[in-house]
Order: sequence, then C-alpha cells, then structure tokens
Amino acid sequence: MRDVFLFLATFLACSVEMVEALTIVLAVGVTRGWRSTLFGGGIAAIALTAVIAALGPALTAIPLSALRFVVGGLLLIFGLQWLRKAILRASGYKDRHDEDAVFAKEREAARVAGTKVRAGMDWYSFTVAFKGVFLEGLEVAFIVLTFGTTQHNVGLAAASAGAALVVVVSVGLVVHAPLSRVPENTMKFAVGIMLTGFGTFWGAEGAGVKWPGNDAAIAGILVFVVVVSFALTATLRERRGREVVLGS
Amino acid sequence: MKAFLRFWYDFIVGDDWTIAAGVILALVVTALLAHNGLRSAWWLLPLVVASGLAASVLRVARRG
Repeated sequence: MRDVFLFLATFLACSVEMVEALTIVLAVGVTRGWRSTLFGGGIAAIALTAVIAALGPALTAIPLSALRFVVGGLLLIFGLQWLRKAILRASGYKDRHDEDAVFAKEREAARVAGTKVRAGMDWYSFTVAFKGVFLEGLEVAFIVLTFGTTQHNVGLAAASAGAALVVVVSVGLVVHAPLSRVPENTMKFAVGIMLTGFGTFWGAEGAGVKWPGNDAAIAGILVFVVVVSFALTATLRERRGREVVLGS
Repeated sequence: MKAFLRFWYDFIVGDDWTIAAGVILALVVTALLAHNGLRSAWWLLPLVVASGLAASVLRVARRG
C-alpha cells in the first residue's frame, strides 16, 4: 500500500516539475538551436543525480523517527503550499499555470537575447536550459530523497522519477511543443494532497504519536485532506462567483 | 548570499509564512504531548492542517 502511494506521489510530483523544465528547454531549443540547450539541460541532470547520490546515503544514516519528524514537517509545509495554490487556482483567485504563455515568454526572451558564442557554445541557451532543469529538478530531488528515505525505498522513488522522465521526454519529443494539454493544475492538486497526507502521517509519527490503524491511517488522512480541499474550493468558488456577479 | 537565502525561503516557505509557522508549532506541541504520555495526540496535526489551510486561502479571498 505504502509503495503504491510512494510510486504514484513521486511520479505525479516529478511529472509536474519535468513538464515545466521541458517547456523552458523546448522554448530555447526551438528558438536558438539544440546543441547548447541540450548540453545545459544534460549537465543540470548530471548535477542533480550527484546531489541525490551524495545526500541519499547521508539521510539514511539519520534515525528514522528524527528523519520522519523533520521530513514530515518539510513535506507538510511543501504540500500545503501546493494545495493552497491549487485551491486558489481552481476557485479563480489565482491565474492558472499556462504552459503556452510560459513557452511564448521564454521564446521571446530567447529571440531578443544577443548571441555570444564562445568555445562553440551558445552560453545563453546553455545557462537558461541549465537553470530551468536544475531549479525544477531540485524539487524532484527533494521529493525523491524525502519520500524514498522515510519509506526506506529510495530505489522505488528514483525509479518512479525515472519513469516520469521517460514519459514526459517521450511526449515532448513527439509533440515538439509545450505540453499545454497536460492537466497540470489537476496534477498539482493531486500532488499537494499526497504531500500533505504523507507529511501529516510521518510528521506525527516522528513526533512519537501512534496513529489508529497504523499504516491504514494514511488512506484516512488522504480522504480527510481531499474533503477539506474540495470543501474549501467549493466555498471559494461560490464566493468568487458572487463577487463576479456583484462586480458586473 | 541574499539571493541564495531568498531561493530557499521561496522554495520551502513559499507565499504564506504562517503555514510553515503553524506546522512547526503543531509538530512541536504534538511531540511534547506524545513525550508526556499522550501518544494518542494524532488529531492535532490534521486539525492544524485544515484550519491553517482554510485561514490562508480565505485571507487571499478576502483581499479579492
């Protein structure tokens, strides 16, 4: 049960971040050429792998209850952040994330930037691709490490991230355009619920609490978070609807 | 250095610091309760999650 949740949560969270990185890489690659862009993205991917390889074994050396307390707290803060944004987007209080708009903005920036080729490398393309992949990838690394170590299964979390990478890159290669049809906001909602649910479970367990039903409590917590999130979304949607009617 | 700290602040804490503060406080209180014999204090964290999230999104909604 835990492994299924672990795989799903990691896969979804990593897919969302990878779609955002892919949008940046595509915009720069299509506009300025692929060589330097792919080089920048590739170096960032290697750097991220090194971060995971270095921190993974270090984290497993920490006592499990302390790890769950800290990681649970971090996941909970992280998850609530995602959930907050997803609820505000779903209810119309925040603009939805639009990959087409991001793509257009990145493409325009890449077009107007000057060309400085040194050592056969277009450093604008390299830097933007590196930054995009590395920063989005840091969240992937964080999720893989925290989920993996608290479940004593970094391998499964890494495999899930790898599967997400294969799926996102394959789709990107086929469509060769921003993945605007991916239901990114819905995926972020789902990831926010999972991070919040796991964070609540591990955080409290790390603090020394005994959950009723032990592991089975995870399902109950997830249902609770879903109900609270949907109720808040419905309340805010209704409020937003009233505001729009009164404003028009 | 400032930019580096800003990045980690945005990365972990995000737009609403009260959520992070609420979670940390709830975890510390839960740990204190559990270590003083109340290991059944599992209800505190879900309660803080629900109320903290509601307070945060409703604050944004009130601002419009």
